[in-house]
Amino acid sequence: MPLSGNPIRAKIRALTDSAVTGLAILATLLVVAPLVAIFVYLIYKGASSLNLAFFTQIQKPVGESGGGMAHAIVGSAVLLALATVIGVPIGIGGGIYLAEFGRGTKLANAIRFTADVLNGVPSIVMGVAAYALIVGTHIPFLPFTGHFSAFAGGTALGIMMIPTVCRTTEEMLVMVPHAVREAALGLGVPNWRSVLSITVKTASPGIITGCMLAFARVAGETAPLLFTALGNSFWSVDLNQPIAALPLQIYVYALSPYDEWHRLAWAGALVLIVLIVLAVSLVRYVTSRGVLKGAS
Amino acid sequence: MGVGIDVTNLNAWYGTNHTLQDINLHIPANHATALIGPSGCGKSTFVRCLNRMHETNPIARVTGQVKVGDQDIYADAKPVEIRRRIGMVFQRPNPFPTMSIYDNVASGLKLNGYSNRRVLDEIVEKSLKNSALWDEVKDDLRKKSGASLSGGQQQRLCIARALAVDPEVLLMDEPASALDPVSTSKIEDLIFELKSQYTIVIVTHNMQQAARVAEKTGFFLNGRLVEFDETHKIFTNPTDKRTEDYITGRFG
Repeated sequence: MPLSGNPIRAKIRALTDSAVTGLAILATLLVVAPLVAIFVYLIYKGASSLNLAFFTQIQKPVGESGGGMAHAIVGSAVLLALATVIGVPIGIGGGIYLAEFGRGTKLANAIRFTADVLNGVPSIVMGVAAYALIVGTHIPFLPFTGHFSAFAGGTALGIMMIPTVCRTTEEMLVMVPHAVREAALGLGVPNWRSVLSITVKTASPGIITGCMLAFARVAGETAPLLFTALGNSFWSVDLNQPIAALPLQIYVYALSPYDEWHRLAWAGALVLIVLIVLAVSLVRYVTSRGVLKGAS
Repeated sequence: MGVGIDVTNLNAWYGTNHTLQDINLHIPANHATALIGPSGCGKSTFVRCLNRMHETNPIARVTGQVKVGDQDIYADAKPVEIRRRIGMVFQRPNPFPTMSIYDNVASGLKLNGYSNRRVLDEIVEKSLKNSALWDEVKDDLRKKSGASLSGGQQQRLCIARALAVDPEVLLMDEPASALDPVSTSKIEDLIFELKSQYTIVIVTHNMQQAARVAEKTGFFLNGRLVEFDETHKIFTNPTDKRTEDYITGRFG
């Protein structure tokens, strides 16, 4: 008897179908719930402290009321810009090597393994390492070394970005269909040119996503900055000096015994998340503008 | 104008697999030559040896001589230069997905450093007209991605892209096997048009197709060229028993 002829079996199939769909929806809700909860709680705790002063003033001395996080927002921007400048080119370059030029070689396997290990290293260890290498030792002829500085903080964050960017770049490049590479080679395009203009370009949406993930991850890092950028309660954009950062400033405000500073810490956490979302959306918008109709 | 190809004692390997054994043949200039044979017989490997694409696979190896016109492509040339003279169209249409229709056609020139806008415009138009795609895409040249076209259009786009670098030989590796009958007949008409200007080598599983478009046909079996002759002779009065068995559908 054919399966479709049995009404009880049909009923069971329909029920199973609804059950699996229901479970999938439930799982999705469970994924989104903590995110929404955190965001709502941050708005509840922090939104009331958001005012113009928050974005224009720096930390006030103990005892004075008011104050803001302007120096920390700018500091984070400086640190993240530096980290991106260091982490993204090296990471993408490494990923291109792993996927296109070194595939299957011992060196590539060693690099891939190292990147994976580096990805799993706790951020505080990264901070200590950066401290030992850049802050604790003065490297001859390198002016930014030997003391706490924005440069050291940006470098630590940049190094943390490298493995994520590198491995995502590699994975995205490997996914580019072989046919696309052959098309380029078949036109008499030199290999390096084909890699840069065709393969990397085809994989670029995925590579950009990888960079944004790495960016968002280090944007909230506190531990590596404790040993490198140190934090600063004053205005500074000098790469050679300690610099404030949102996570560090949140840490300072949150650990203080003052209620007003606690509220500022909540507001800081909210602003940090909103700024990350804004930065990621902006990059997505800018990079998606050139995409053609029907491009895959 | 197209040039002839002389192949002498060509052998090719994938790893330890001897995929082509002692191939000798002459492909005439400005004609279409079809290569038929069952899957795995080496016909694709053979065309890939004609523009040195075979060796892009790290485990592949080739010996023997291939002369395109007067040039021995394995002796005194760089693979990159060879592939500019010998265009290739693949089995699955493979336009560059991130590029517009225009950029797809211009890609061979642009990626080789050519940038004169006016000349590029002319070449793109001429190539798309040659591949019978111009009327269908002329309004969306820069707006649409090459990947947004239908399968048959994509394949004609790939032909236009190959023609744009002005090759002397056009290799087609089962160019219509992933297409519907209407698109297939368009591609066949196109081959008919193009062979006045180019030397065309077409690999096909479709024997009617070989009979329709090609003056010469070669039958490959197990890495050997069993028979190579005028197309009508291959299909009406083959010399070799194995050719006869294949074209009458007794195996393969």
